Amino acid sequence: MLEASNLECVRGERSLFADVSFRLDGGEMLYLQGRNGSGKTSLLRMLCALTPAVSGEIRWRGAPIGKLGEEFRSELCYLGHQNAIKEELTPFENLLSAARLAQEVLDEEAALEALALVGLRGREDLACRYLSQGQKRRAALARLVNEKRALWVLDEPYVALDPAAVELVAGLIGAHLQAGGLAVLTTHQTVTVPAGAVRELWLGDGDATRRSR
Amino acid sequence: MLRAVIGRDLRLAMRRQADIVAAMFFFIIVVSLFPLGVGPEPDQLRRMAPGVLWVAALLATMLSLPRLFADDHRDGTLEQLALAPQPLGLIVLGKVIAHWLVAGLPLVILAPVLGIQFDLSRDALAVLTVSLLIGTPALSGIGAIGAALTLGVRGGGVLLSLLVLPLYIPVLIFGAGAVDATVSGLGPQAHLSLLGALALGGVFFAPWPTAAALRVALE
Repeated sequence: MLEASNLECVRGERSLFADVSFRLDGGEMLYLQGRNGSGKTSLLRMLCALTPAVSGEIRWRGAPIGKLGEEFRSELCYLGHQNAIKEELTPFENLLSAARLAQEVLDEEAALEALALVGLRGREDLACRYLSQGQKRRAALARLVNEKRALWVLDEPYVALDPAAVELVAGLIGAHLQAGGLAVLTTHQTVTVPAGAVRELWLGDGDATRRSR
Repeated sequence: MLRAVIGRDLRLAMRRQADIVAAMFFFIIVVSLFPLGVGPEPDQLRRMAPGVLWVAALLATMLSLPRLFADDHRDGTLEQLALAPQPLGLIVLGKVIAHWLVAGLPLVILAPVLGIQFDLSRDALAVLTVSLLIGTPALSGIGAIGAALTLGVRGGGVLLSLLVLPLYIPVLIFGAGAVDATVSGLGPQAHLSLLGALALGGVFFAPWPTAAALRVALE
């Protein structure tokens, strides 16, 4: 479903990686690894078509993502470094407005349930600026609970989370894979996702090596 | 979709009312300084009123422009907007409309009250209000292009003023010109029509280059 061929990333004068190719099908997860600054985030942003690749091509269901445009974006869920939540709004309002902007149907009850699931029960109506770093991350990750889009691109989803929350998120990813979804994620923590096939991709020093397990 | 963006931005603005109030007070104070500075000569005040009110409106709009996209950029929401399954231009249009409701509309409401300080006739006050009503959406639209182009640039605020204020000149000329024409008995129709054309162009054309600039800023 998602195919990348010969991707190259150049930041400033330096080439971060070149010749990165992989293929990901339904139910599979790509686990991006590499040192700090090896271009993991850049690769994720390329997969979302936020950054254009210097060379190479990314295809989704056989068609280049640049051409698909909105069609591709309606199947993509991206969670970046930043939480993309508004400090002035409550977790509940954040969740609802994120769903509305993504043109997803999310009723208030489902939103409250999702927030309870990520451990924000009782904090739904507190402005996000009063939440701790980990709670903000949980508020951002609550989006994943009812997320039906096929491709999840997650940049360090486990950062700032406690072990229980990490397990919860891994469970969400597992359920998504089991339902035939795809996920691409970076992390420096070793976390086992309960279901789905895992592929690994190492980025580093100009060339990428790949192994599967 | 448009409603979702406008609703979100208005809600955010309501949680940050200090910003709106600050821009309104800036407008009031700048306009009020002129009669104090140039003296209470009614003829002179009447002649300069349209220009003063319009320039103050431009500057007050400029105050809120840098934050139009900067907050969304900082907390990662802009990425999500760019990845939403609609054209980014449409989302920008929603933000421009919300910006006008928050930054432009209060100026329109305040202007007739402030115009009294300049001893404007009732007709002139009405035309001033109408000209601001038609012209301020253009300010939000054109300003959005500048705000997107200077996104993430250090010292972007000053650069934004240098970039956007010259583009506001036509709006200023026809806006203030409409009131001048009324005062001198010519009738404001021609000026208001041109102002309307600028506003339509500004609001419906500007979102697309703005969207392109935002995509470049996100790369």
